[in-house]
Amino acid sequence: MEHTACCRLALACLLAISLAGRAAPADSELDFNRDVRPILSDRCFACHGPDHEDRQAGLRLDDRAAAIAALDSGLTAVVPGDPAKSEIIARITSTDPEIVMPPPRINKPITPAEAEILKRWVAEGAEYRGHWAFERVERPAMPDVKDVAWQKTPIDRFVLAKLEPEGLKPNPEADRVTLARRLALDLTGLPPVPADVDAFLADPSPDAYEKYVDRLLASPHYGERMAIEWLDAARYADSSGYQTDSSRQNWPWRDWLIKAYNENLPFDRFTVEQLAGDMLEHPTRDQIVATGFNRNHRLNGEGGIIAEEWRVETVIDRVETTGQTWMALSVGCARCHDHKYDPLSQKEFYALFSIFNNVPETGTNQGTAHRGGGNVDPVHLLPSSEQERELARLEKVVADAEASVKEEIANSDSLVAGWEESIRPALAAPQEAWQPFEPLELRSTGGATFRRSEDGTWLVEGQQSPRDTYEFEALIPAGNLGGLRLEVLPDPSLAGGGGFGRAGNGNIVVSKIEAEIEPPGDAKAIPVDLKRAEADYEQNGWPAASVLKGEKGKGWAIDGQSPDKREPRHLAVFPDKPVAVPENSRVVIRIRQEAFDGHSIGRFRLAVSPNEPSMLGVAGVTLPEPVKAGLGVEHEKRSPAQKAAISKFYRENVDGPIRRAEVARAAAKQSQESFKGSLTSAMVMQEGAAREAFVLNRGEYDKRGEKVVAGLPAFLPQLPEGTKVDRLSLAKWIISRDNPLTSRVWVNRMWERFFGTGIVKTSENLGSQAEYPSHPELLDWLAADFMESGWDMKKFVKLLVTSAVYRQSATVTPEKLAKDPANRLLARAPRIRLPGEAVRDAALSASGLLVPTVGGPSVRPWMPDGVWDETSKYGDLRGYKPDTGAGRYRRTMYTVWKRTAGPPTMLLFDAPNRETCTVKRSRTNTPLQALALLNETTFVETAHGLASRMLGEGGATPPERIAHGFRLAIGRQPTADELATLVEGYEADLAKFSADPAAAEKYATVGLVKKPEAVAAPEFAAYSMAANVIINLDEFVMRE
Amino acid sequence: MNTFLNTLRSQDALNRRVFLGGAAGGLGYAALASLMQPQVARAATAPAPAAAKFPNFPPKAKRIIYLFQSGAPSQMDLFDPKPEMEKRRGEDLPESIRQGQRLTTMTSGQKSFPIAPSMFKFQQHGESGMWFSELVPNIARHADRWCMIRSMVTEQINHDPAITFFQTGHQLAGRPSIGSWLGYGLGSDNADLPAYIVLTSFGSGRKDDQPLYERLWGAGFLPTQHQGVRFRNTGDPVLYLADPAGVDRQMRRDTLDRIAKLNATRSSAVGDPEIAARTSQYEMAFRMQESVPEIINFKDEPKHVLDSYGPDVHRPGSYAFNCLLARRLSERGVRFVQCFHMGWDHHGGLPNAIKGQVQDTDQATAALLDDLQARGMLDDTLIVWGGEFGRTIYSQGTLTETNYGRDHHPRCFTMLMAGAGVKPGLTWGATDDYSYNIITPEQKVHVHDLNATILHLMGIDHLRLTFPYQGRDFRLTDVHGEVVKGILS
Repeated sequence: MEHTACCRLALACLLAISLAGRAAPADSELDFNRDVRPILSDRCFACHGPDHEDRQAGLRLDDRAAAIAALDSGLTAVVPGDPAKSEIIARITSTDPEIVMPPPRINKPITPAEAEILKRWVAEGAEYRGHWAFERVERPAMPDVKDVAWQKTPIDRFVLAKLEPEGLKPNPEADRVTLARRLALDLTGLPPVPADVDAFLADPSPDAYEKYVDRLLASPHYGERMAIEWLDAARYADSSGYQTDSSRQNWPWRDWLIKAYNENLPFDRFTVEQLAGDMLEHPTRDQIVATGFNRNHRLNGEGGIIAEEWRVETVIDRVETTGQTWMALSVGCARCHDHKYDPLSQKEFYALFSIFNNVPETGTNQGTAHRGGGNVDPVHLLPSSEQERELARLEKVVADAEASVKEEIANSDSLVAGWEESIRPALAAPQEAWQPFEPLELRSTGGATFRRSEDGTWLVEGQQSPRDTYEFEALIPAGNLGGLRLEVLPDPSLAGGGGFGRAGNGNIVVSKIEAEIEPPGDAKAIPVDLKRAEADYEQNGWPAASVLKGEKGKGWAIDGQSPDKREPRHLAVFPDKPVAVPENSRVVIRIRQEAFDGHSIGRFRLAVSPNEPSMLGVAGVTLPEPVKAGLGVEHEKRSPAQKAAISKFYRENVDGPIRRAEVARAAAKQSQESFKGSLTSAMVMQEGAAREAFVLNRGEYDKRGEKVVAGLPAFLPQLPEGTKVDRLSLAKWIISRDNPLTSRVWVNRMWERFFGTGIVKTSENLGSQAEYPSHPELLDWLAADFMESGWDMKKFVKLLVTSAVYRQSATVTPEKLAKDPANRLLARAPRIRLPGEAVRDAALSASGLLVPTVGGPSVRPWMPDGVWDETSKYGDLRGYKPDTGAGRYRRTMYTVWKRTAGPPTMLLFDAPNRETCTVKRSRTNTPLQALALLNETTFVETAHGLASRMLGEGGATPPERIAHGFRLAIGRQPTADELATLVEGYEADLAKFSADPAAAEKYATVGLVKKPEAVAAPEFAAYSMAANVIINLDEFVMRE
Repeated sequence: MNTFLNTLRSQDALNRRVFLGGAAGGLGYAALASLMQPQVARAATAPAPAAAKFPNFPPKAKRIIYLFQSGAPSQMDLFDPKPEMEKRRGEDLPESIRQGQRLTTMTSGQKSFPIAPSMFKFQQHGESGMWFSELVPNIARHADRWCMIRSMVTEQINHDPAITFFQTGHQLAGRPSIGSWLGYGLGSDNADLPAYIVLTSFGSGRKDDQPLYERLWGAGFLPTQHQGVRFRNTGDPVLYLADPAGVDRQMRRDTLDRIAKLNATRSSAVGDPEIAARTSQYEMAFRMQESVPEIINFKDEPKHVLDSYGPDVHRPGSYAFNCLLARRLSERGVRFVQCFHMGWDHHGGLPNAIKGQVQDTDQATAALLDDLQARGMLDDTLIVWGGEFGRTIYSQGTLTETNYGRDHHPRCFTMLMAGAGVKPGLTWGATDDYSYNIITPEQKVHVHDLNATILHLMGIDHLRLTFPYQGRDFRLTDVHGEVVKGILS
């Protein structure tokens, strides 16, 4: 098997070589763009091209006038008509390593055949033509061909025109079963529904094929399939990337995209809305959401970054992504220097940069989104109509609160004056703010007793417990409670030789203070929310603030072990605003010592204050200096600054009408914000204040050079004189009929999708380094037709898939393989491996498990354990848990996508990681893909599902059932041989599983798909193994 | 019409498509699928015209074990002694040293930059007299095997871009990683294993950092089969390696035979050679299912070998386990094994945290060298040890007698190399008294230089290992990089 393959490969190579050995094209005309430019561009332009900084020897070969001019050295590179005098020819044919061009260190020698072409080109006059992809698209004339009967669309004539001279004939049309599957997979990414195939097969009408195509184009799944490549280009994901890679929710943009394809939004509008929908007049919600395209970039939030650096990266990402996606230009090359191959200067790059530079954004996702996830501004809220009503209500609440604040502020002067009067007494005697108060009762949880001294202090006696809590219950005056103060005192009777504590070294610890007010009667106790603590002495590591939290092993201490530190110490605690105390209330204060054995207080007393907490300190009433100073001056004599300081202090700190109104306003805003935060939103583009833009030397954010203004590259057609250059005009320029790139790029990528390889193979680059098109006239015809059709995407897709070229069979003969191994001439339909998403979707669909819901938040299908956790402990995307309901079986495009740890099976099947714009996936074939299809739980589940369908719908006998399963997965009936192989395999497996029912049971219970109850485990397991074989066939993962 | 040039191009397409399974990017002849069986690969290269062959010259190293210390180990606490600093404890870093260089915003707001001398004692070791701190007594045992580069320099100051820069030669996502470049250039030496395997472990010094990203071993724009295969620490070591419960090896064999037979039938009907290529990938998958469990099972290792790596060797997902696994993979022909050990980002509490890290890595790293030496593999295996940048001499946060932290420092840091092709016992480059600037400019080793040197040791001219993408020939070393000849043996 392998051996045969090797031989065939080797044979193919040998044949192909003999073709390659053909003589140079002496008999045909040279085409500059096809034959000459690729050589000059690839081997010469890097040093002798558009980049003026690095240009060597003053020679420029991308421009005829420069190339034929005499150089400073006196030599002339290109002397039209005279290869012998042309230095370029001398250099490329030299054998002296010092002389030969390109220099050997470049490792890009010019082959003799290529040198021959250049020689001939010079001899024939060295004519230049503009790079083909930069020339306006003109609709070419249709070529003449012999086989008129074969054609179904103009495409076919262009393809035939290349086949006929090679003596190649197109393949016959594929059978309808094959076409039904090919079309369904290409247009919807799902295998066809058997009933649809039957209808198509049975349809005798001449337009049966077209009708089938139309049905698929109208399917809601069409938009899903079309979106996949665009999601790659748009670097769409559910996370923000970089170090922390937390979640974001930009799926409304993804849903917009699907809808745009399904509704066949013309490509010009599709473009304008994504690039600048927000700048349209009265943009709709959809048009704003569409701009999410250029907000799907990553955002860095790593600690220590400089925001501007990453904002610049974001803007550059937009320029590169837009250039790549719409124009297949590697504009990013001009970030650090002029482009080496295309006539795009560094300055022009930053002129484009300037267009994307005005988004009101910070450049990072620092803040809550960094670790906790979430969308990053600018965002657009997407409320339902009910939510809109709630938003309006909250808006009004905020406005009302705003109005009351204003109203109160209008009264500011009299409020301040009233307050001033009220605090005068306290200011006059600050210490008196603390009023001693006597307990009704004192309790100890440790069994201690209390003895009152004359000075009102309490000495603690009796039982000693290592830890103790004192409960102090007292009547408290009605009005306000602004703070509580504990005073601890040394006493000769206490431990440590006259310390503060009852035991040990004389030091004490207070681990927590709590207080609550108990109104009379049955009313509920009011806890006093203590927010601030202050002490006149704190032991290092034992601060006053720790009594607010009461953490284990922490507290306030006062170095009481040191005899020189034994003075009365005070600890005061405060709520952040006064607590209202009803008449006849009691207060219960708990002084906890749970931190350190043997450190309970030995002597203390308490004081209470009715003052405003903001004006209270441990020493009594206190005001900031400027306020105090202002109050010391008579009202009329105060300076405006003093007045302002007083009024500011009053507003911010005093619990009066203004502050209450402000608190109410803050609460209203808070509810509004939190409601907004709960709404679905999309990250969108906005145009904020214009930022200046500069050429950045070496592309570094802080190496600003010349200032630039928004502009468009000079080598492409310009906007009408006087047009303001901004995102909107850029978008319109991109889709202008004169833009040579946009349409070519899009039709080429569509061609690549439906025919495996683009007409220009380098579909990611249509610049100077692009490969010359295999069918240049066809490319231009399609590009012109697409634009002139009004950029109608569905019409264009339909044109491709109704062509005779598309409808050929994929069978290849050794002769065709040898003549056209890569199938660039399309004398057969290509066989294309499905994208990873379609592989999984096809399996889900065939097995009947697929949940076909379109759109909505991303879902969590089965993934192995640890995908998110083995390499990161950051961010909110961790601890992945697969859904067990519908989310498990949704289409793969809805799978939650974490950029730094993407869905593993998709990455095996060539999906990019979505960190940056990708316009082309590779298509590889690896053993890891084989392991996924054989063993991944989802694929075992799909095998189980397919087995259930075989058993339930397939008929009575194993051959019938297996044939049914084969058809569900592959689309066609198996041949007799194929069926025999599968049935024999089934029987062998059945025999084994019957002999080992425990194994059958184990296999049947992998995953969540239950076997039908009536079926025995061995039988079910054997069918599932047959299904597993079918899902692993080459034909299953290919579209033929 | 002239189709000559197109034929040339189709030719090139044939080689790619047929031999690489239809990889879509325009890749050079050099590329052999790193996951492809050698015999198929040979058949593929034989007739390819003008193929740039790799290696370009006889390689010194047949394989690499790259021990990446993610988070950035502190050079002045491990390898680069700065005794002068003791006298300057707590002094502000002089402006003459800092020279206005960029800082991260984690410390740029600090009012002072107090010098924090290392708490750890340094000593010379071996005949070479190479300096190591007391933190790494085992690594120090190999003083005469290591080549210590003290003059590493990078351009990046934050973790994500810096480690991405190390791995791909570019600070932003999108480029291929060094291992995928090697796989693309050299292919695989083992029919049953990938060419590039990645092992990861969390550190005990700082348990939460720094995250790793798929891109660090990704293939970028190279065909996907060149991406590093990360051995997982949870469940199957290779994704989906185990057959589902209830399916035994014989059943799997039978399944594959049926798949092969049915694929062959299809192949004769449609004639596409890719069908055979797919079947052969299933065969390799089957062989991997046999070989990988054997590799991660250490039961055939003698006790003294296991003991030499330390007790962690018995804990899958530990650095020690990964070191031994790396040796076993290398032995079986895996060209590039990269172990990423996390936990080196010590902004605060460095003295404690770094002890955890060396506890993880010191013994196992040294044991790996001994083990390779004992097996005669050290001469043709290249070992690389280091992180994405260095750390600052000044303390981030409060400096106390027993505690300090260090911020990121890109302007100089230390890496170790050993084994194939590097001068043993050599200390290369020097930094100023503050380990802040390199004072041997001619011995400066930029990340691109290090990567060029690594490729060179593998027999690859870094200028020639290119891949055309978006119209440009990309390289690992971008447009930079010089082989550091002075460290080559």
